[in-house]
Amino acid sequence: MDCYVGIDLGSTTTKAVFLDSSERILGRGITNSRSNYTVACQVAREEAEISARFNLLKQRLASVPRLGERADELMAWLSCKFALAQHLKQLKVLQQQCQDVLARTGVKGGEDRAPYEQALVQIFEALVSTSEALFAPNQRSQSDFFRDLATSLYLKEAEKVARASGLSFDRTVGIFDKAILQVENTSFATFFAEYLAFACRETVKVEQFKRFEQDISQAVREVTELKFNVLSEVGTGYGRLTLPFPKEQIRSEILCHGLGAHYMFPKTRTVLDIGGQDTKSIQVDESGIVTSFQMNDRCAAGCGRYLGYIADEMNMGVHQLGPLAAQSKNPVRINSTCTVFAGAELRERLSLGEKREDILAGLHRAIILRAMSILARSGGVFSEFTFTGGVARNEAAVAALKELLKENYGDVPMNISPDSIFTGATGAALFARRDSKKAEA
Amino acid sequence: MSTTTTADVEKEPSMILQKQMIGDHFHELARAKELGKKVVYTFVPGNLNELIWAFDMLPVHPEINALQSGMRKKSGAYIQEAEKAGHSEDVCTYVKCDLGMMKKGNIGPTGERLPAPDLLLLSYTGCFTFMKWFELLQREYGCPVAMLHVPYQGDGEITPAMKQYVVDQLRDSVIPLMEQVSGKKLDLERLKGFLGSSSRAEDDLCAIWDSAKHKPSPIDSYFGGVYYIGPIFSAFRGLPQAEEYYKSLRAEVDARVAAKRGPTTPDGELKDQKFRLVVEGPPNWTSFRDFWKMFYGEGAVVVASTYTKVGGLYDRGFRHDPANPLETMAEYCLGCYTNRNLPTRVDLIEKYIEEFAADGFVVNSIKSCNSFSAGQLLMLRELEKRTGRPGAFIESDLVDPRYFSGANIKNRLDSYFQMIDAKRASSPT
Repeated sequence: MDCYVGIDLGSTTTKAVFLDSSERILGRGITNSRSNYTVACQVAREEAEISARFNLLKQRLASVPRLGERADELMAWLSCKFALAQHLKQLKVLQQQCQDVLARTGVKGGEDRAPYEQALVQIFEALVSTSEALFAPNQRSQSDFFRDLATSLYLKEAEKVARASGLSFDRTVGIFDKAILQVENTSFATFFAEYLAFACRETVKVEQFKRFEQDISQAVREVTELKFNVLSEVGTGYGRLTLPFPKEQIRSEILCHGLGAHYMFPKTRTVLDIGGQDTKSIQVDESGIVTSFQMNDRCAAGCGRYLGYIADEMNMGVHQLGPLAAQSKNPVRINSTCTVFAGAELRERLSLGEKREDILAGLHRAIILRAMSILARSGGVFSEFTFTGGVARNEAAVAALKELLKENYGDVPMNISPDSIFTGATGAALFARRDSKKAEA
Repeated sequence: MSTTTTADVEKEPSMILQKQMIGDHFHELARAKELGKKVVYTFVPGNLNELIWAFDMLPVHPEINALQSGMRKKSGAYIQEAEKAGHSEDVCTYVKCDLGMMKKGNIGPTGERLPAPDLLLLSYTGCFTFMKWFELLQREYGCPVAMLHVPYQGDGEITPAMKQYVVDQLRDSVIPLMEQVSGKKLDLERLKGFLGSSSRAEDDLCAIWDSAKHKPSPIDSYFGGVYYIGPIFSAFRGLPQAEEYYKSLRAEVDARVAAKRGPTTPDGELKDQKFRLVVEGPPNWTSFRDFWKMFYGEGAVVVASTYTKVGGLYDRGFRHDPANPLETMAEYCLGCYTNRNLPTRVDLIEKYIEEFAADGFVVNSIKSCNSFSAGQLLMLRELEKRTGRPGAFIESDLVDPRYFSGANIKNRLDSYFQMIDAKRASSPT
């Protein structure tokens, strides 16, 4: 199947999008960027390919008589069983890596290695035995990334095992920290057929799908055998120059965000993207072509990392900030968008007895005030307005933005896509498609 | 980003000639006391070089020393030295670099010590910082200051009264003080001779600027242009060396026009000119070559720039006129680029964009130069509106290396160039 690929190597996550010849999205993939952009790019691409196969599988199954109406339920089963197979394989590799690390480096402080080997066996037995429950249909709420999930599960089990056997918890975790890097940098793409076959076997055991075994197996076989013929590929994002692409296949993320936002919301004229390390205000024309843009200037104050820093200061997860801030009744005024100064202001406010939600609401407003200044510099806000980037997922930031937009620019429709994190990669894939068309012409 | 080493950099013959001229000048400065010559510190915009030469004094330009220190990677340490002495982070970095250099022994770009001034000649007051700068130097050196108050072109023109006001100051206070410091009476005929020489060099320079209308452009009017303005804005305007330099440079450029060749960059000839740009604002000096590479690496050539008119706008018709020495000097002081109001600056850039068939324009907003930076965002918007050509806005500093964020600037420029490409691709023509 002919397709076009866009890759967005961001500072925090790497995203990939597959498009077909009609510019329809076939699949999307995301992974954390790690320190290794090459692997991040490969993994995101593989994830996008898997997602594309799943979407095609769903289309095929939906067209099977009498099965069609149950396609969503069936896909939920197939997806979770696939994810389970993937997870179990990664756990197996992780266990092997942990054993290798232990064998290679021993245990610091001259402790005997054998009890740690035994502890690893116990920890991984527990991780494997609890996996199935984690990947039951419609039960997944964990992070998309194996690292995040494995870390929280391993820490929990390691604590139990270390306490019971009198081993050092820190040393047990130290082994994991070294091993997880290796697992993150391993490609699991070659196991796709194996995972899907497993998912298929497990799913057809389910009562309501038994009678469709033949249809399901055939559709699974077809999408497994399907070959993707990548006609063109374009890379963007901060790590774009590390991609093994010729220069012509590299695009600035400004252009990709502009085109990606236009694709998602064709009436977009102004795009605000608040990412990990920069804030971009982009004006686009009716075709999604950028006409002007502004970015944060000499410092990255008020970007996504600011929220990450605040979350660390408050000992919270970054995803918890928005919901807590949204509870504020009386937001405090935070003057500084300098990340470091805001940390100091935060501590001072806490010591003065201000409520956490009120301080957080003030911090969110401070970020948006900075974004407003960048929007003004780029020429203002025109209808429709599209908000993208990781911060667009934060409800308190969105609320502050809505309020300030209304104050400054009146009632401007604001679009936020649930897939906004893929805006840059979508734009890149569209450029890949257009470049290819141009070359054909 | 890689930095090109000095050894493998390509240079034009005129650049080598200029280096020799500068070397000779600094050598003469180092021996000034021994030669019995008086030294005048003065600034570049609208300077009175011919008058200095008429008194047989030697000029020193502190901004040029600062930018040279920036290019030689010495400015960071000099700025720190000035900050240690109490100058705030927000003070113009040219000033701090110069003060730091002075405190570290006043060693010039050729490695020789610069002489202390016998006179501080403040011939342009449009930049308030210049006044403060010379106040500081006066305190250090205890020498007299000749202050020429130059009215700002608030209404966008030089009125006869403004010109007369400057002429009166020249006649009544500046020249008498220079006579006193030099111990010589002004020889008007000698001054006219220098002014005539300036005018001839200015003719050649204008032909050089004009050559950028060709496609491909044989020059880069910003990154190459800062070399081209070296002799005329610094010590050499009015001297035969400057005339010789501009003749030679013009011949070099004419040869490139005939051969349809592009300008010389540190990595060789810029052959494939994909983008023709106008640039507003001074360059960054601490990462000058990396900055330049961000343009020529993408096939961008600058066809006109405002910074290269900071000394004077010869290309808009001004010529030093030997027949009216005081009036012409007054007009020169009044006419420099930063003495113009925002609407006139916008008009000028608009003309450049149209006359030089530019694809767009770039504003390099300098943190520590309010003379240039104030109002640049408004200029950007207005120019985009008038010309329909896209503008880019980047930010850096003159000589403070802490304010050059290479990755960010490159990111913006790459985006900008791709934006022009995307617009072209989507344009029906």
